[in-house]
Amino acid sequence: MTQLLLFNITNGLIIGAFYVLMAIGLSLILNLSNVINFAHGGFLVIGGYLAYTLEPYIGFWGALIAAPFLTAILGVAVERFLISRVYGRDPLYSLLLTFGLAFIFEEGTRMIWGAQGKPFTIPAFLAQPLSNELFFLTGYRLFMVAVVALVMATLFSFLRFTRIGIRIRAGTLDLETVAGLGINVRALRTLNFGVGIFLAGLSGVLAGGQLGLEPTMGAGLLMPSFVAIIVGGVGSLGGTLVGGLLIGVASGVTAVFFPAASEAVIYVLMAVVLLIRPRGLFGEEGMLT
Amino acid sequence: MSAEQGRKLAIIAALWAALILAPLWMPLVGGYTALGTRVLVLGLAAMSVNFLLGFTGVLSFGHAAWFGLGAYGCGLLLKFVALSTPLGILAGTLLGGILGGLLGALIVRRRGVYFAMVTIAFGQVFYYIAFQWSSLTGGDDGLRPFYRQPLHLGFTTIDILQNSTAFYYFVLFCFAGAAAAMAFILRSPFGRTMIAIRENERRARFLGIPIELHIWIAFTLSCFFMAFAGSLYALVNNFADPRGLHYSQSGDFVMMAVMGGMRNFWGPLLGAVVFVVLQDYVSSITINWQIYIGLLFVLVVLFFPRGLLGFIQQRRRA
Repeated sequence: MTQLLLFNITNGLIIGAFYVLMAIGLSLILNLSNVINFAHGGFLVIGGYLAYTLEPYIGFWGALIAAPFLTAILGVAVERFLISRVYGRDPLYSLLLTFGLAFIFEEGTRMIWGAQGKPFTIPAFLAQPLSNELFFLTGYRLFMVAVVALVMATLFSFLRFTRIGIRIRAGTLDLETVAGLGINVRALRTLNFGVGIFLAGLSGVLAGGQLGLEPTMGAGLLMPSFVAIIVGGVGSLGGTLVGGLLIGVASGVTAVFFPAASEAVIYVLMAVVLLIRPRGLFGEEGMLT
Repeated sequence: MSAEQGRKLAIIAALWAALILAPLWMPLVGGYTALGTRVLVLGLAAMSVNFLLGFTGVLSFGHAAWFGLGAYGCGLLLKFVALSTPLGILAGTLLGGILGGLLGALIVRRRGVYFAMVTIAFGQVFYYIAFQWSSLTGGDDGLRPFYRQPLHLGFTTIDILQNSTAFYYFVLFCFAGAAAAMAFILRSPFGRTMIAIRENERRARFLGIPIELHIWIAFTLSCFFMAFAGSLYALVNNFADPRGLHYSQSGDFVMMAVMGGMRNFWGPLLGAVVFVVLQDYVSSITINWQIYIGLLFVLVVLFFPRGLLGFIQQRRRA
């Protein structure tokens, strides 16, 4: 029993780390551009499949770096030509636009790479369990968590210490003032969108190594990321981080006691948070409400 | 009566004439009665979404949940409890409406993008429940078998199961009732207040209007209408399935409302006609129909944000 519980908590943390990677990207875009990017799951899938295509030529490590970059370039193009046209209009339009893009990406992936799932091979030394006792801890799972931790540390230092990072955070709080200070908000939003999509692409490569690739995988991972953002509190990246880990563990632990509810439990958690603290755990009152 | 009012009246008369005579003219343009019934039900659902979106200015992107709950409520009653069409509709409407109202109390605390996100996420709860609880709902395969039952009116019995034309008129009757109720609410002082909130929430608040309460009531009413449409949809298909609760279904409803024109009472119905006919046609010629639906979303958002009716009005004014 203890081992089962431990197994599920660890599992939950790993899945949670994964939700964090995805949710932070969504959160970045939501905070600065006020856009709920429904196509985030679509970008994730494209990232995964690009890595699958590139792997035979540049190997796993090359694909791990190159695929997210290519996805981010696609993201920047989409932002420039499509999404930036609906900035400043009712959020309804950006929602519908990215919703349509999600359809196009999913179906496009199916047309290019086929509806059948594809395996994405990872280096052999990562695929092995660490020990017989802890059979569930493969090297790859730890590797995933390490990558997420590294990326998060880099991102938070970037936002904290670089000029552009500070501008992004300032823009989250008061975009008009930032624009009034002579900062090119358009370019800032494009860059920020690119960073968010890079994280989506990276999630896709990592998820592909664990679960294999399927055109529909992105849509399934999108909802937990929404919940992570709401639980953590809109406007707070740290909150999103905590929210993602929290729902990962919650669904892991529920899987031990009541497996059928392991997917629904995160919504129950969200309902409780909204009831007790409507702004989310770390949300500030008055932000984007 | 001014010329403008006369024209409006003529358009509405023409609309109802077209709906009443649909079983006669639809086969001539290549349609079939069952398609007409589906358009009516989905149109009613889109109008219910628009009741909130177009007239209160609040975007719910999870309304398919209440639609799907209506369908399951109706189907479960017909399958397990009683063989009665009206009772099925009542059960579905109550199930979706009451649950919508309860969760609505949590949801209306948020606004804008955040509101949309919370509605999507809560909507997904019911999708997972319908999907997982397969002993009751049939899970992924959907809820079956159940059949809509003939209507016993005391003096006569109408067989809406076998006779598709009779069923069309039954649905049209329900549609007319719901549309009349919606129009009545929108014309009442409460409806005017909803529009005031849409136009300027802050000003409405300063006038002493309890905003949260009004939005909650509008949300709940819209859930009841939605669940009513969902119950009818279960009767149309003699089937209920988890995909009817999924957020992508919500997206379709919002799209119908936007494509038709959300500032117009009848816009969503027009949107539903175009959407359903297009989907029916495109999915019959290609298996990759999803990509075309996605393109439709992108094109409407970029080039026809006011919808077809808004576009026509703009052209006439220019």
